[in-house]
Amino acid sequence: MSYTGHFRVWRGDAEGGELKDFEVEVNEGEVVLDVIHRLQATQAHDLAVRWNCKAGKCGSCSAEVNGRPRLMCMTRMSVFAEDETVTVTPMRAFPVLRDLVTDVSFNYAKAREIPSFVPPPGLAPGEYRMAQQDVGRSQEFRKCIECFLCQDTCHVVRDHEENKPDFAGPRFLMRIAELDMHPLDAAAETGLDRARTAQDVHGLGYCNITKCCTEVCPEQIHITDNALIPMKERTADRKYDPLVWLGDRIFRRDK
Amino acid sequence: MTAVERHNYDVVVVGAGGAGLRAAIEARGQGLRTAVICKSLFGKAHTVMAEGGIAASMGNSNPHDNWQTHFRDTLRGGKFLNQWRMAELHAQEAPERVWELETWGALFDRTKDGRIAQRNFGGHEYARLAHVGDRTGLELIRTLQQRIVALQQEDFADAGDFEARLRVFQECTVTRVLKDGERVAGVFGYERESGRFFVIEAPAVVLATGGIGKSFKVTSNSWEYTGDGHALALLAGAPLINMEFVQFHPTGMVWPPSVKGILVTEGVRGDGGVLRNSDGKRFMFDYVPEVFKDKYATSEEEADGWYADPDTHRRPPELLPRDEVARAINSEVKAGRGSPHGGVFLDIASRLPAQEIQRRLPSMHHQFRELADVDITAEPMEVGPTCHYVMGGVDVDPDTAAAGGVPGLFAAGEVAGGMHGSNRLGGNSLSDLLVFGRRAGLHAARYAQALTASQRPAVADAQVDAAAAEALRPFSAEPAEGTDGAAPAAVGAAGGAAGGAAGGAAGGAAGGAGGAVAPPENPYTLHQELQQTMNDLVGIIRKEQEMEEALTRLADLRTRSRRAGVEGHRQFNPGWHLAIDLRNMLLVSECVARAALERTESRGGHTRDDHPQMDRRWRGVNLVCELASPPDQLAAQDPAAGQITLRRRDMPPIRADLLDLFEKDELRKYLTDEELGQ
Ligand code: SF4
Ligand code: SF4
Ligand code: FES
Repeated sequence: MSYTGHFRVWRGDAEGGELKDFEVEVNEGEVVLDVIHRLQATQAHDLAVRWNCKAGKCGSCSAEVNGRPRLMCMTRMSVFAEDETVTVTPMRAFPVLRDLVTDVSFNYAKAREIPSFVPPPGLAPGEYRMAQQDVGRSQEFRKCIECFLCQDTCHVVRDHEENKPDFAGPRFLMRIAELDMHPLDAAAETGLDRARTAQDVHGLGYCNITKCCTEVCPEQIHITDNALIPMKERTADRKYDPLVWLGDRIFRRDK
Repeated sequence: MTAVERHNYDVVVVGAGGAGLRAAIEARGQGLRTAVICKSLFGKAHTVMAEGGIAASMGNSNPHDNWQTHFRDTLRGGKFLNQWRMAELHAQEAPERVWELETWGALFDRTKDGRIAQRNFGGHEYARLAHVGDRTGLELIRTLQQRIVALQQEDFADAGDFEARLRVFQECTVTRVLKDGERVAGVFGYERESGRFFVIEAPAVVLATGGIGKSFKVTSNSWEYTGDGHALALLAGAPLINMEFVQFHPTGMVWPPSVKGILVTEGVRGDGGVLRNSDGKRFMFDYVPEVFKDKYATSEEEADGWYADPDTHRRPPELLPRDEVARAINSEVKAGRGSPHGGVFLDIASRLPAQEIQRRLPSMHHQFRELADVDITAEPMEVGPTCHYVMGGVDVDPDTAAAGGVPGLFAAGEVAGGMHGSNRLGGNSLSDLLVFGRRAGLHAARYAQALTASQRPAVADAQVDAAAAEALRPFSAEPAEGTDGAAPAAVGAAGGAAGGAAGGAAGGAAGGAGGAVAPPENPYTLHQELQQTMNDLVGIIRKEQEMEEALTRLADLRTRSRRAGVEGHRQFNPGWHLAIDLRNMLLVSECVARAALERTESRGGHTRDDHPQMDRRWRGVNLVCELASPPDQLAAQDPAAGQITLRRRDMPPIRADLLDLFEKDELRKYLTDEELGQ
């Protein structure tokens, strides 16, 4: 039931650091985060790690386990052989603060660059009417727990710091898609073409639909297929005829 | 004098869950410069874990619903101990607060005619909970977070600065509310990342820090729930009420051990799930208490008919208020009819088609598959009670959310007491956050606005120095304060019982030596012992001797916690953070234990084995906890005296027109004859 597991955990800060080896007790049913917590309680009181819910709902405990971007609280120890060394390192795409904690402010800065929901003029609170099938598409994207694993994975920025200013990353391109597909968003009426800005301002063009983001998403959101590709297709069409797009919006509103 | 970074704001909100963010949005909306401080990253607060929904009598699913019905349900759930004015405001304002979220971009599940769908939940007469599958809390937090970003974008457009009027200080912990005489003057805290101290000067502070669950071993609460706001209020001189009432959610996961306590949404039962014991029996029919007899079904046929036709059937007993269901599960397990891992079975698989389960309960499906190897569409879950919510909290004015006795201090959400009485209904938390978060933000803003520049309070350096010394104590091996802390003394790792999560050593054997060179204590060990103590001795079923024992152990832990030592540096050091949080957990735990010992009856989230009946004479009594002795004084280490004093206070009589909403027969079950006579 219990065994002694081998862990290698990256320890250090912005100045540098190294992988440290630990021998630690592992019990039935545990996840990687449980073992990290045991290290904290018994061998390394100051080991820095973020976590909150321990149930895959808050997106705090992102790290790389054996090189794969994962939520530590949703990575079962049973997926590793007992004699396998489990290596835990901080997310690579973001600057390290200490140990497994990284500076994810890039993501908060990008969030601020995406224009917010525009409420439909003339509809008072309580008067919103939307069909389930119409909200379903955006609801899929709103399952996002902002773990930023997709941002960490996407090759456009993973090893290309220089692309960061121009690229919002899959999570925030998806946020644009979410608002664009919101049945009552009135951005178009204010002259804002969300899909177009995704392309022109937020770097959708960098994405070459490798789907790596979709693969690591713990919420299993189809980021590429359902958010990015449709937006790419639409901007491609609209480049030629913006009126088609506007007409489409008006039609949808009246439905 | 300690050199610290200083900021100046009009309103400071401590906590960035539903209540805190809603308060901040309101204060900023009033035109005031507002700061939000949160321990985690922005958008990770415990509210994200709320699953089932937001209770609001919009009447979309059942047109009979209205605020009066919601009010009635809330009082019944709280066994009439609720601050009735809060329950009234809550029921009246909840629909507006939900609709407002839609104007900020929230996308709730819809009815056929396109309105917000509402689901059934325990204790609610009608389908009332606005929801998004079983991830409603995430939707709420994200919507408020995005609203804050939208406001920041407005400020950027106006002033070229996103943070001109609304700034979030994330990963910061507040350790003290600072005062100027009687009034609030600001807060003192540290950045978790760097360990640096900061002061925010502000005339108004809103506490929105959530609950206290991390004082218990089996809990659905995250590490943030260390009772910070409760303790900050006490230390600032504000009283707490109703601390004996702690909600154990009936359905937490029980297996494997590492996930024990993680929440299983009440939505499972709302959508048709039933509880069975090891004999396969739906046992809840045996546990309908006298006060609810005429409202719940007596046969499986009647109960099952209710889902399709609620108007001519009574409700299934699985949907009794949480306290009743938790006690029932506890009894079944005690009687030897539990599941293999000490819970009972929660079965949705035989009740709904697999596809429907996946649609309605996607995160439950995911959670059990990933963490427990259980497919809930094919087999039952094993569940048992888990510490979930504290009904007690800061004693506040019902209309303004102002804390008693400390001008400038406000509290909203779980950290505020009164609204839920002795037991909270599911779904009433998210609505509480919105209704009273908004009110707290509004009244904090008005309070700050009313002050002229010369009336604004000032922060004295001595208070800052004292707060800094207190926060640094864990770095010095001896009780004498290290003032600087830049070069903390390394301390030997406290050995001993630090064992695994299951480490059962609740005894105080390791403590003992009160002498001069006692070794430093491991904060993790102290925390584990505290959790075990509260779980075993002040848990779901309580007895006088056990609670007295708990108070003795708490006193011992308090003494030892003064020697809690940490090693390393101030930069993102979780051992240090925990050592500081222990002060708060010990304070609130003592409140819970003292109040629970005093209340010699069973009501809602307080069950006494030695006083099993509800007693009408206790109905109108609040137990008020106040700080007797600051944690750094010796008296605090005397178990008999402790840090908390307790007094009884009569509640204001329920307003007549609100009483008229109930049948006389029902009122007789709760109110004394004198109360009824009035
Ligand atoms: S699909 Fe696009 S956004 Fe996703 S990882 Fe690949 S390049 Fe990045
Ligand atoms: S889209 Fe998925 S991977 Fe990306 S941040 Fe959201 S939950 Fe994480
Ligand atoms: S701790 Fe919340 S997702 Fe892992």
